[in-house]
Amino acid sequence: MTVTDHPGAMRLRLPPGLVGSLAAVAAAFLVGALLIAAVGVSPLTAYGALFEAALGSRNGIAETLVRTVPLALCGLGIALAFRAGVFNVGAEGQLFLGGTAAGAIGVLGAGWPAYVLLPAMALSAALAGGLWSGLAAWLKLRFRADELITTIMLNYVAIHLVSFLLHGPLKDPNGALAQTARLTGDGRLPVLLAGTRLHAGILIVLVAAILAHLFLWRRTNGFRLRVVGLNPRAAENAGIDVRRTILFGFLICGALAGLAGFSEVAGVQRRMIENLSPGFGYTAIIVALLGATNPFGVVASAFLFAALQIGASTMESAAGVPSTLTTVIQGLVVLFLIGRAALPLLRDWVADRFRRRG
Amino acid sequence: MSTPPFLDMRGITVTFGSFVANDGVDLAVDAGEIHALLGENGAGKSTLMRVLAGLLVPAAGEIRIAGEIEPLGSAHEAMRLGIGMVHQHFMLVPTLTVAENVCLGLSSTGRFIPDLKTAAAKIRDLATTYGLDIDPNARIADLSIAGQQRVEILKALYRGARILVLDEPTAVLTPQEAEGLFRILRALAAEGTAIIFISHKLNEVMALTGKVTVLRQGKVVATARTAETDARGLARMMVGAEIALPKIEDAPTSTAAPEATAPILSVTDLTCLDARGLVRVDRVSLAVAAGEIVGVAGVDGNGQQELAEAIVGLRKVGSGRVVLAGVEVTAAPIARRIALGLAHIPEDRHRTALVEPMSIRDNVVLERIGDAPFSRGGWIRRDAVAGLAEKVMAAFDVRASGPGQSVGTLSGGNQQKVVLGRALSRDPSLVVAVQPARGLDVGATAFVHCQLLARRAAGAGVLLVSTELDEILALSDRVVVMFKGAVVGEMTRAAISVERLGLMMAGRAA
Amino acid sequence: MLGLLTDPTFVGFLSASMRLAIPIMLAALGGLLAERSGVLNIGLEGMMLVGAFVGFVAAYATGHLMVGVASAVLAGIAAGLILGVYTITLGANQVVVGIALNLLAIGITSFFYRLIFGAGTERPRIDAFVPLDLGSLADIPFIGPLLFRQDALAYVALGLVLVTWFVMAKTRFGLDVRAVGEHPEAAETLGVNVHGIRYFAIGLSGALAALGGAFLSLSATGVFIDGMTAGRGYIALAILILGRRHAVGVLLASLLFGAADALQLRAQILPTGVPFQFLLMLPYVLTIIVLAGFVGRGGAPAALGVPFRRGRSNKE
Repeated sequence: MTVTDHPGAMRLRLPPGLVGSLAAVAAAFLVGALLIAAVGVSPLTAYGALFEAALGSRNGIAETLVRTVPLALCGLGIALAFRAGVFNVGAEGQLFLGGTAAGAIGVLGAGWPAYVLLPAMALSAALAGGLWSGLAAWLKLRFRADELITTIMLNYVAIHLVSFLLHGPLKDPNGALAQTARLTGDGRLPVLLAGTRLHAGILIVLVAAILAHLFLWRRTNGFRLRVVGLNPRAAENAGIDVRRTILFGFLICGALAGLAGFSEVAGVQRRMIENLSPGFGYTAIIVALLGATNPFGVVASAFLFAALQIGASTMESAAGVPSTLTTVIQGLVVLFLIGRAALPLLRDWVADRFRRRG
Repeated sequence: MSTPPFLDMRGITVTFGSFVANDGVDLAVDAGEIHALLGENGAGKSTLMRVLAGLLVPAAGEIRIAGEIEPLGSAHEAMRLGIGMVHQHFMLVPTLTVAENVCLGLSSTGRFIPDLKTAAAKIRDLATTYGLDIDPNARIADLSIAGQQRVEILKALYRGARILVLDEPTAVLTPQEAEGLFRILRALAAEGTAIIFISHKLNEVMALTGKVTVLRQGKVVATARTAETDARGLARMMVGAEIALPKIEDAPTSTAAPEATAPILSVTDLTCLDARGLVRVDRVSLAVAAGEIVGVAGVDGNGQQELAEAIVGLRKVGSGRVVLAGVEVTAAPIARRIALGLAHIPEDRHRTALVEPMSIRDNVVLERIGDAPFSRGGWIRRDAVAGLAEKVMAAFDVRASGPGQSVGTLSGGNQQKVVLGRALSRDPSLVVAVQPARGLDVGATAFVHCQLLARRAAGAGVLLVSTELDEILALSDRVVVMFKGAVVGEMTRAAISVERLGLMMAGRAA
Repeated sequence: MLGLLTDPTFVGFLSASMRLAIPIMLAALGGLLAERSGVLNIGLEGMMLVGAFVGFVAAYATGHLMVGVASAVLAGIAAGLILGVYTITLGANQVVVGIALNLLAIGITSFFYRLIFGAGTERPRIDAFVPLDLGSLADIPFIGPLLFRQDALAYVALGLVLVTWFVMAKTRFGLDVRAVGEHPEAAETLGVNVHGIRYFAIGLSGALAALGGAFLSLSATGVFIDGMTAGRGYIALAILILGRRHAVGVLLASLLFGAADALQLRAQILPTGVPFQFLLMLPYVLTIIVLAGFVGRGGAPAALGVPFRRGRSNKE
């Protein structure tokens, strides 16, 4: 199927383009404002409440940063996969499995010292996410099954699988809910800012972004990965191992999404729960696109969407605008981002009109 | 005063952005005349014909048919006026039948539900009248190339074409099949059809056509009766200045004695299947020695492309052996072959050679990024990469704003120079070049040919795959001919005759 | 054997298989039109969701189910045309646009649902379509429960299978769609309006997908729930491959999925010992198996996913 041909190619042709990204965001907010006005609320009031809640206080910023972590980690993974020409929509399921692995190890290793337990949890989470993503890679490389659909299907399978595990083998024996036992203190990511929930996961994001940047632009394998994403046939012709590169794209995405699950479990929930993610893995696709698949751009757009999500519930309670407005804005951002291609066409059309008249 | 020409195009001007593809072009063709439209790649022939077919609206100019000014804004309009095109790449839907292809876009066969039965009957009638051997219910994909071309002609006739345009129609035919086409065209002309024959093959123009118009850089440089011109004169007009393509006789030979060394490349009983399990390469054996250019001739689609892909490693080998520089590489990864000195100049540079969004710098270092000095310990060394790019751009005369310019924005000739520069600057011991001059003008072609001869002189083996006999004849020490996937003949330079080559390309032993 | 055919459990299973197959089938028919014309409609999922939502709201507001159906179809056409603008006119990456549309559909439906109905605990309901009484036809073994215990919308859906087959195989529009999907340049040189045909196909595609979504809210459940399509639009893409992009093939492949879905619903009640989560996975796992086993055999249209630029083909 042609689905897999050049998703990466298109993205790279976007100019490194901060302007374009910002314009798309602005346009999406503008349409969002119209929707708010349609509700009968002043957009300024609603957006004001939103950003006040997300960025207007120490705690608000901390919450926004907490929300940035899973979005950015998944977004980085998806961006790297995109760069390899892999359209991995499976970050959601990979995150769930990563979180489950982290939760299981966290319970199993209760009593281990933190410097052993936390790395063990993180590693198992990355491994679980990577393996789940590797399954889609295997289906693609061995059977040519398109990853777009298999990863989405695997998301549903993963969520049911996790539900089974949490209702069964991993269930907290002392509780009624489908969740693991609470993690001991050594299985939790340390809090960075006293009095808030801001945890060390944000440091993982920064390290991951720097490493991803160096990998893409300074390492030979990063160069090869970009070549594979832009033109796999030319890559093959130049002696690059395309299949291995594609596999890597899947694995790194799964590992990073798995780490996002780890960070949610060890930093926020402090146990594995059934509703670990409200769709981080899907929002992260938009995060990756808006960030033009550049690591720092991804972190910035993750922060933006995190603020949007954190502020949304306050906006709902304060101004009565449904918080799902954020999902609308997220979708619109992508459509406007791609829609920029319309501008030159529109210009030609207008020019053509004038020429015919004159 | 004589009657006005049946087709009269005047002052046709077409621009794409700042590029003028047609600049005030005039073309007049009488009924019953076969008129050659001659010009190099990019001279504006196809643009002019797309205007005639209603696919492009010119910025200026008018078209008269039988003396009447006709606005040609759409394909429908052109069709209604009796203009039929036979495109170089056939405009046939391979999964549909002949009758369905003929009915496509033709509401006279039924506005909502096409009447395929009646159409098929009419197709049979037309086919009989003009001696075209066609089954209306056959699927296009099951027809031979020559058969598909007959369908293209029939499609135009079905629509009542009085002006028939053929764009490079012989490029995909053997010399013998081309003769068959010429017979059909002469019969059509005798019936009063005006025929425009686009070509850059001078011998065909001389043999078939009554008048000739030469285009260069979007302008008409001459119109004359074919009988009053000669091939040399036409060639000069087509190219402008006389650019002599290099010939092997004038090139220095390699210092390596071919007999003394083992062949650089040896292929034994190589067989390849395609995705559908059909044999594309059929037990091919051949060898290329150091300092030798071996030409692979054949009509397009007879397995040459697949053979080249199998040798460079892009295609899986069914059975047989490929030995490169003494090492068996039949199933080896491409990186291994490159390390052994293989360089590939593929047919489709956009798809196979270049990463168009990337810079010249990145494209030039593509195969060598893992080698010293371009990286160390997996870290890219940017200054070394930049140095290579500058070297290649200077040595191969790549015209660009700088090494950072993206390859996709270069002209075709400069893109091919990047491909050549990357491949040849490594001092390869074997060059596999497939249609290396496709789509290039004469100047760029000469450059490419010179570079291949220079590699030969430097002691490399060259396997040159081309469907252009002129190219094969000018450059090859030895020629092998492929037909239906198999090597059907081989001759040394001294023993080459065009006639024997033609027969072999048609699959007949000679 | 006959005993099984009239066993109430089996009869119920057959009738449920068909009922569960129909939404996926309608979406897959929509996908068929789009893909045969050369446009990859990843947005089926979102179009289904929009259809389910708009159909529900319109039926709720007016009290007429048919108004709901008609509104859903119109909304589907609109969604299809939006996808068309991006994929046909702008030549954007068809996967990215499709995914974006799906995410947008989740947001918009959920936003307006809460706007209209509030976030209360009482879920608004409508009286859904009820099965038509076809008398003794319903008692024919096997065929009866499969075909003659359905509601009006289901018969419309089954009729659309025949219509789609006829349109694709026999009509000029079908011929144009096939030509445009295989070789748009050839179609253009013969005066076929490539963009026009593709817009028409993608609009119909949206209509069919939305109808499939409306079936979920207006026939299967009588309610609207956020994300109630649950990946059926993506499953439809796999159905297309399994059904080789032919109307009848799509019908049969959808029935297979409907049967799998019906089976897992029944198995959940039975004491099989298999955890219900594994049963819930069944349709998704089946989709993956289909993709792995049948890709590359169905022969996708040659121009699938490739934008067509007018007047720029066959450049010198």
